[in-house]
Amino acid sequence: MASATTTTAPLARRRLLGRVGGAGALGFGVSTLWLSVVVLLPLAALVDRSLHDGLAAFWDDVASRQAVAALRFTILISLAVTAINAVMGVLIAWVLVRDDFRGRRAVNAVIDLPFALPTIVAGLTLLALYGSAIAYTKWAVLLALLFVTLPFVVRAVQPVLLALDREMEDAAASLGAGSLAVFRRIVLPNLTGAIVSGAALAFARAVGEFGSVVLISGNRPFDTQVSSVYAYTQVESDNTTGAAAVSVTLLALSLGILVALRVFEGRVGRRDG
Amino acid sequence: MASRLSLRLVALGYLAAILLVPVGVVLYKTFEPGLGEVRASITTPAAVHAFWLTLEVAAIAVPLNTIFGVVTALVLVRSDVRGKRALEALIDLPFAVSPVVIGLALFLLYGREGWLGPTLADAGIQIIFSVPGIVLATIFVCLPFVVREVAPVLREVGDEAEQAAATLGASAWQAFWRITLPAIRWGVVYGVVLSTARAIGEFGAVSIVSGKISGETETLTLLVEKRFNNFDLAGAYAASALLAAIALATLLAMTLINRRGATP
Repeated sequence: MASATTTTAPLARRRLLGRVGGAGALGFGVSTLWLSVVVLLPLAALVDRSLHDGLAAFWDDVASRQAVAALRFTILISLAVTAINAVMGVLIAWVLVRDDFRGRRAVNAVIDLPFALPTIVAGLTLLALYGSAIAYTKWAVLLALLFVTLPFVVRAVQPVLLALDREMEDAAASLGAGSLAVFRRIVLPNLTGAIVSGAALAFARAVGEFGSVVLISGNRPFDTQVSSVYAYTQVESDNTTGAAAVSVTLLALSLGILVALRVFEGRVGRRDG
Repeated sequence: MASRLSLRLVALGYLAAILLVPVGVVLYKTFEPGLGEVRASITTPAAVHAFWLTLEVAAIAVPLNTIFGVVTALVLVRSDVRGKRALEALIDLPFAVSPVVIGLALFLLYGREGWLGPTLADAGIQIIFSVPGIVLATIFVCLPFVVREVAPVLREVGDEAEQAAATLGASAWQAFWRITLPAIRWGVVYGVVLSTARAIGEFGAVSIVSGKISGETETLTLLVEKRFNNFDLAGAYAASALLAAIALATLLAMTLINRRGATP
């Protein structure tokens, strides 16, 4: 049986690839065209507009005191949010995979709520509950971003933890390692790749987040104003070129995160493979 | 055992504080004034129009992205075309880019000062501050969902059944409809559910390109914002509750699909 498949498979594979190769070129054309029209063309128009008044004007827009303050706050708060949700995400994933209690399935379903709930509703929701205490402060922005980025690390870590072989942990435990040592030296190294992937996506999301922050942050310059809301106010006040310049910075940041993640995943993939 | 229990309590406590309690409070505040009030504020002409517009936009954007998503996933997993890696890297871009950036980019392509805006205006086509702009923004933000759900499933099912079909003389088209599509159907459905939820809930990108004309280009999420800014809190909560109900239906669908997908 095994020898039969190995002798026929290459032939069938070649025939299949021959056909899919033809369909593949067509499909590639369709995909690339769709992506270009829907995504790349508008982004090109954005970059073009940001340079409308020349490089010096672009730099003035990007480096204005308010823009820099907003970007600084955006990056710092996103880093804090990513760190908190990386820790809590691993913890929640662990509880969902290794623990057993009534209602675990329901809790597992609830994790995706931030992906399903519209961001403006998330903002309103947090305002309704914590509003009087924290509205229009940095804590409010932190809370909103914690809400929207919660699922990323949980959903990245969960499948890896499920597939992890328990024998290594049992062996370490039988050799006298405490549960903390087992976690730190056996489990955690296996989860690093998943944690980094999830955290990078969470960070990218936090940096660009708008809907959940716009109501609750109060948009106070030099305090609670994040870059996306700053760009939005520039559009509202008809400073389109300035808004485009800030948007290009945000776009570059997103691209940078994606590229860094690809490089990281490529390395881990090579090491594991 | 005690440490296991405390870990569980920390995890559940965090979820409750961040997710469940806030959503519960909004539902409570929504229905506090009474069912009649809620009914009245989600059946105003503006709210009804916003509801149908939101569904209409999703009904155009999601099918287009589903076709694109399946084709792209096939290209990424099954073919070895040059440039595949670049395509793969760029697919995720809409997830990483801020909605404000997306809205502004569309505004600068199709708006009155944009690259194509004046030409299209001469031809009598208006995209920005009208429904096509909202559709384009929605397609942009939902682009990666179906690809991301279908590609791993394709990888996992492998191409042996497709090879067998090809050996037995099936055309590529027949192999796709009879072998590939049934194998990836739950992945496709899952991607569609996620896209629909995002399409209905998109706010930032739509807010820039729609112009927020009540009864014309106002979607449900924009209605929530407008009512909040006009100090109509009860109305904002009622519209939010409607969106939250759609979100809960989405979660339920995701859970059911996951269960079916796990036992094919």
